[in-house]
Formats: sequence, structure tokens, C-alpha cells
Amino acid sequence: MMELIVFVISAAIVLGGALGVILFRNPVHAALSLIASFFGVAVLFVSQEAHFLALVQVVVYGGAIVVLFLFVIMLLGVDREEDITEEPFEGQRVSALVSGVLIFAMLMAGIFLSGRTGDDAGDFGPAAISGSSGQVVPLTEEQDVVQLGHDLFTRNILAFEATGLLLTIATVGAVVLVRNRGAEDLVVDEPGTSSR
Amino acid sequence: MGHPFLRDGVDFGDVILVLVIVVISFVLCLVATMLMVWFERKVVSRLQNRIGPNIAGPFGLFQTLADGIKLFFKEDLIPERADRKVFQLAPYLSLIPAFLMFTLVPIAGDFSNVSESGTAGTSTIAGREFLWQGADIPVGILFFLAMSSLGIYGIMLAGWSSGSKYPLLGSVRASAQAISYEAALGLSIAAVILVSGALSTNEIVQSQSGSLRQLNIVATGFVPFIVFLIAGTAELNRPPFDLVEAEQEIVGGYHTEYSSIRFALFFLAEFMNTVTMGGLIVTLFLGGPAPLFDLPLIDVMPTLGWFAGFLLFFGKLLIFLFIFVWFRATLPRLRYDQLMDLGWKALIPVSLLWLLILGGIRIAQNGDLGIVENTNANVAIVLVASLALGAVGWLLLRAAMDNAREERLEEAGFQLIAVPPQQLDGHADSSTSGASH
Repeated sequence: MMELIVFVISAAIVLGGALGVILFRNPVHAALSLIASFFGVAVLFVSQEAHFLALVQVVVYGGAIVVLFLFVIMLLGVDREEDITEEPFEGQRVSALVSGVLIFAMLMAGIFLSGRTGDDAGDFGPAAISGSSGQVVPLTEEQDVVQLGHDLFTRNILAFEATGLLLTIATVGAVVLVRNRGAEDLVVDEPGTSSR
Repeated sequence: MGHPFLRDGVDFGDVILVLVIVVISFVLCLVATMLMVWFERKVVSRLQNRIGPNIAGPFGLFQTLADGIKLFFKEDLIPERADRKVFQLAPYLSLIPAFLMFTLVPIAGDFSNVSESGTAGTSTIAGREFLWQGADIPVGILFFLAMSSLGIYGIMLAGWSSGSKYPLLGSVRASAQAISYEAALGLSIAAVILVSGALSTNEIVQSQSGSLRQLNIVATGFVPFIVFLIAGTAELNRPPFDLVEAEQEIVGGYHTEYSSIRFALFFLAEFMNTVTMGGLIVTLFLGGPAPLFDLPLIDVMPTLGWFAGFLLFFGKLLIFLFIFVWFRATLPRLRYDQLMDLGWKALIPVSLLWLLILGGIRIAQNGDLGIVENTNANVAIVLVASLALGAVGWLLLRAAMDNAREERLEEAGFQLIAVPPQQLDGHADSSTSGASH
């Protein structure tokens, strides 16, 4: 009962936030509703007893990433309302529609084709995950962090390292892109070099 | 199976207990904040050879209350160019995370006796166990990080929605500062988690109760504590890191356009955060309500029960609140490039290296290194290897910084002239600074 109420409210927040992201004309308002959407997802995680995931969701997505979005929006001063009747790139709408449908189809397939159904531990029962041998292993409190750590650094170590490498490459790429402007654009803000 | 709205094993008595705890912690948080404002004004005054508030109430204690009431009755202005909804929302986005963070801090309790359910520091009322903190969530300390990253939105959006230049500058500064120092803050918390082996604040305190060596400030080797203190002060936007509201440069920063009760809410959130940050330092590094060491004097403490814990916590908290005020009265504000240098080039590398050393030592103590059997030798190997790695990293960082600086100077039109070594008078490595003069 309680789980249903929590689900309905947070699902409404998630969907409302997601709609807000695409419907608000002001980029800052859109970013704000993105936070609301992430927050709703975090509440859903909490109701599934995945506390760690919920807080990481808030720290990483709700916190760091949207703060960066807002930072860029404010710094570049692009917080004007935008005209969205014109397509920024040609064919963008069509490809967005196609990939949206594909992702939806994939999710539906994932949900309906997977053999797993919810465990019958009742409302707010301990969450369960499938172990490597396929059986469902019930989790006790706080074990999810330990289990996540073990999984990340043993079975999924390659993916973990690859992600790290990818992020490093992205950082280096960003620096290179910024550094490659013409020399005349550069502002030297070192103390003691103001006299050219 | 009880009420349909409640989980198994929970009845309305528990719900009422939780409600009472929430209300009490809210009131306590407000009172603590009020006293903190008074404390800060009084101590700063004394440090500056003034008297400070002394009219309202005994020792001027009610000055904050008077200021609050005054702000309440002032006209509430919203600038015409402001984004009204966001402008109204921002103070609450700042206040609510500040309060939620406070609920994490265990403020009292007797941590020497562990109850049947395996948690220490519990007290019992009407047959129900409870902890002396608003909530003890399993991943507690991450909740602090989550709330502090949400608290930034209040400041960012306040500045942006004011529709004016200075607040916007303040909020851009605030977000850059928060992003820069959050990494160092998180890494020093990671060191605590590594040593304590727990995420919940209650268990972190429990892991530190006993002896001086178990205190995290000693067990993590002081460095994370120093880093946390600096990064925490920066996260609070307190002096010497108060570029966000540097009044000589950008009027009042993000709250320039705010007046009346909305301004009071920002003010409240700021001081609430100060109290909470002090409480968290005590919790993470100094054992919270647990005693620091065993002294014969402390033998009387158990007879006081939970109140002894409160006295210990309050004493430790007061030290850090005084340090925050002391910082404000003593240290001049950092320049922006100094702020970024300290965050990115000093605090983050140091805390990363320290985390590496702590992790290595833990593995070495388990004897899993596979080189020698002796634990002490393993620890020595880890230390030497980590320090060597740290030195290499530091040299690389220096090289990168020198290189970047040289490149910038070159692009800006400076010709680097090779200065013959005999003219340098011992400044052997300053070929770039020679060119810039």
C-alpha cells in the first residue's frame, strides 16, 4: 500500500520533471525540472531499499552534473528563452524520434522478456538481486555497498577501468579543445604579466 | 500485521517517536544557529577589541532574536527583472538541505554500552530504542555529500534569478568554488570511511569510541582532517573563502537583491551549515559524543548516561566553532587564483595520495602483499612505494604547470630568452619567471 503511494507520487515527479525539461523554454527552468526528475528516481531507489544508489543518484546527477549544466548556462549567458520552432541541426528531430522509439522498445523488451519477477517479501521488503549462479540472493541492510564494491572491482573491473579511461580521454579532449583557440583570444591572467 | 500504511513491526508509537525526534532536532537546530550567530559576533568583537552585542538580554544573547524579528517585519522586495518563482524558491533550497544535514549528527548518547541490537549510543523511552540524532540512515555520510551538493542550488539560483550582475557573479563564483572543493571534501571523507569501515554516522562514532588511537583524526593520520577542515570552510563560503559574498568586490554576492525574511533564511542556512559542519568534523574525526580517552576522571561519566555524551560533543563542537570564527577574524580573503590553486593543485592531490597510502597500509596489515611475511615490512614497502609514486606525481604536476605557464606566456607574445646561468644568482630553475619580469 505504502509502496504504491510512494511509487505513484515519485513517478509523477519523475514524469513531470522529464516533461518540464523538454517543455520549459528557459534553459535554467529546464535544468531545475531535470533535478526534480532525478530526485524522483532517487526516491524510487530508496523505496526499493537501494540507499546507496539513491544517494549516488543525488550526488552525481542531481548535484555535480546539473550544477555543471547551470554553471555553463550562467557563465555563457545562454539563459534566454529559445525559439524551438526551428531545428538546430537538420534531421535532428527525426533521429531523436527514431532513437526514442528504439530505446522504448528495448526497455519494454527487457522488462517483458526477462524471467525475473519481483520477490514476495512484501512492501519495503529487502531488495534482492540475482547472484552469478542465477538464484536470487536477498540483501541485508548496508550490504548493497559492499556487494557493489566487490562486483565493481572483480567481475566488472574491465568495464570500470574502461570507463575511467574514457573519462580521462574526455577531460583531456576538453582541455585540448579549449587550448586550441587562436593565440589572440587568450587572456593571460598570471600576476606580473599584465605589461605586454 | 498492523496498519496497512505501516511496515511490519512498526506501530504508531514509533511514528510518534520519530515525529518528536524530528521536531526536537528542528528546534535544537534553530536554537543552536541562534546561539552561533551570537557566539560569532561576540568572539569576533573580542578579537577586534570591541564589546559586541550586549543590550538585548543577558550578554546580548537575544540580539539574534531581535534581528530576526526586525527582518520579519521589513518589506519583502522582489526586483522587477527577477525570475519570480526561482527567486522565491532559492532560500528554501538553501535552508532545507542545511537542516537535513544537521539530522545526521549524533549529538549525545552513551557509546560505551552496546545494546542488544548491536548499536551503541542508544537510549530507551517507553520500551523503544532511539538514537540521539535526527536519523541514522545506513549510508549516512553520503547523505551529507548529497545535501551539500543540493545546497549549492540555493546559492546558484538566488544569484541567477535576481536578474542583476553582482549576484550572478557571486553565484558563478559559488558554483565554481563548490565544485572545486567538493572533491577534496569527498576524498577526505573516503579516508574516514576506509578506516572506520562504515558509512552511517552512528557506526563511525562507534568505531572511534575506546582509545585515542581509534579516533579517526589519529587513525587517518591528520592529513584528511586538515583537508576536511579547509575544504569544509570553503564549502561553507566562510572567510577566508568568502569570495562568494566578497562585499568589497560584488556588494553582497548572491543575496544582494534579497531582503526581509528571504534574506533571513539565507543567513539562517549559512549559520546552520556552520554548526553542522563543526558537528560533522567532530563526528568524523573526533569521535562525536564518545570520550576521547580513558581517564580516571571520565569514570564518573557513565553515571551521567547520554548526557555525558552531549557534554563531550558540545565541548568538541565549541572548539571548531571557535576555530571558524577565529579564521574569520584572522585570515584575509584568498584571491581567486589562489583559491583554485589551493583546491586543485594542493588539496586534491594530497588527499588522493593519502587515500592511496591508507588503502595500501590496510592491505599490508592484512599481510596480502605477497613479498615478505612481516607485516611491518609490508607497511614500510607500501609507504616507500606510495611516497615514491607521490613524488613522481608531484614532479609531473610541476612539469605540467611550468609547461602550461611557458606556453601561455609564449602565446601571449613573450619571447623566452635563455638567460646564461651565471646571471641567475642561484635562481637556477626560474627561466620562465626571468622572462616575465
